Amino acid sequence: MRTINVSVNGKPYSHEVEPRMLLTHYLREVIGLTGTHMGCETSLCGACTIEMDGKAVKSCTIFAVQADGASILTVEGLAAADGKLHPIQEAYWNEHALQCGFCTPGMIMITKQILERNPNPSEHEIREGLDGNLCRCTGYQHIVNAVKAAAKATV
Amino acid sequence: MIANSFEYSAPGSLKEALALVADGAKPLAGGMSLIPMMKLRLANPEHLVDIGRLAELNYIREENGSIHIGASVTHYDIETSPLLMGKCPLLAETASYIGDIQVRNRGTLGGSVAHADPSADYPAALQALEAQIVLTSAEETRTISAEEFFVDTFTTALEEGEIVTEIIVPIDAGLTGTSYQKFLQPASGFAIVGVAARVRQAEGKFSMVRVGVTGLSGNSYRATRVEAALDGKDANDENIRAAAALVASGQDSSSDLHASAEYRAHLAVAYAARALRSALSRSA
Repeated sequence: MRTINVSVNGKPYSHEVEPRMLLTHYLREVIGLTGTHMGCETSLCGACTIEMDGKAVKSCTIFAVQADGASILTVEGLAAADGKLHPIQEAYWNEHALQCGFCTPGMIMITKQILERNPNPSEHEIREGLDGNLCRCTGYQHIVNAVKAAAKATV
Repeated sequence: MIANSFEYSAPGSLKEALALVADGAKPLAGGMSLIPMMKLRLANPEHLVDIGRLAELNYIREENGSIHIGASVTHYDIETSPLLMGKCPLLAETASYIGDIQVRNRGTLGGSVAHADPSADYPAALQALEAQIVLTSAEETRTISAEEFFVDTFTTALEEGEIVTEIIVPIDAGLTGTSYQKFLQPASGFAIVGVAARVRQAEGKFSMVRVGVTGLSGNSYRATRVEAALDGKDANDENIRAAAALVASGQDSSSDLHASAEYRAHLAVAYAARALRSALSRSA
């Protein structure tokens, strides 16, 4: 066992974990933040995408011990304290960018990274940016629309 | 999927890390190749030493006419490095083709190189660049060429106790152009075939041609027959097409459910021509 110290959505945590524990499991089962989803477990689907020290990463392909000292943001950390949704969440809502919602936390987290790096992306750049996230319901069109709407809202 | 149990060390210096590697620990950098293999239990290291957070291995700097890149620099940092984009654009372009944003944020140059996946993107570029790979153990440091380094599928010239610590790429002078062209497997993002071309022209003729290929066979390679066919020839499309036809000759083309050996060889010819044409257009 190893002790790790992390900040998750601005709150400090300290836990003893087994080195083989995945960061997704740590977030979901130890901290209890189940917004981060475990989909394929093979770093293909992107449902487990979170932000670690400002970078979007797939938390199913990171051991929790590797996050020691890191600052983590999950989908739960996006809305304001009063419950007001983040502009990206608003855009997903308004554009009906989800059906079952399983992929949505990861989609929203990668959208944040896409727009941080390129506030006004072309449709091609949006689709390239979403490359590491799979949705099995929507056919992506409404997700792409939501990213465009979020870009307008946040620029 | 849960990996087998292992011990984890995160030393503060390269020296400490190398001492652990000398004792049999397996280096972990970004983990984008190793962790999936551990989850599938294809790899079961008993001890991981985390070199991904060593600041000593995280740099991109110009030195004596070359660019030196620390092994734990991420694909994203390579893709967006102003130094590389300006002076070794082939490596930056190649990095931009790897996986997806999340993988590029985390995966490292040294880790990818040491893993030596036969469908990885970097080997094509490193072959074409005649890159040097720096290998370090607790006792010594040695530098070898990319061509010597990539031995076979998932097999490199790394000896027990050694890790990849640095990659050195050249800064080209004169009318040089480069290009990486890839036919990707859409689900995994890996190259079914990837070709990196690096050409220099002088007075309308090819004065230097280097071609690196990945994905076609079990190991990346320099297509020296293509290079020789173009050396000194007029820099035109007809010569490019004739030379590109030689790219797969002498190679044992791989076959899998994504592409038959014949189709892969066909793709290699088409993509070699594309890469050479694109590199030539950028060399003026």
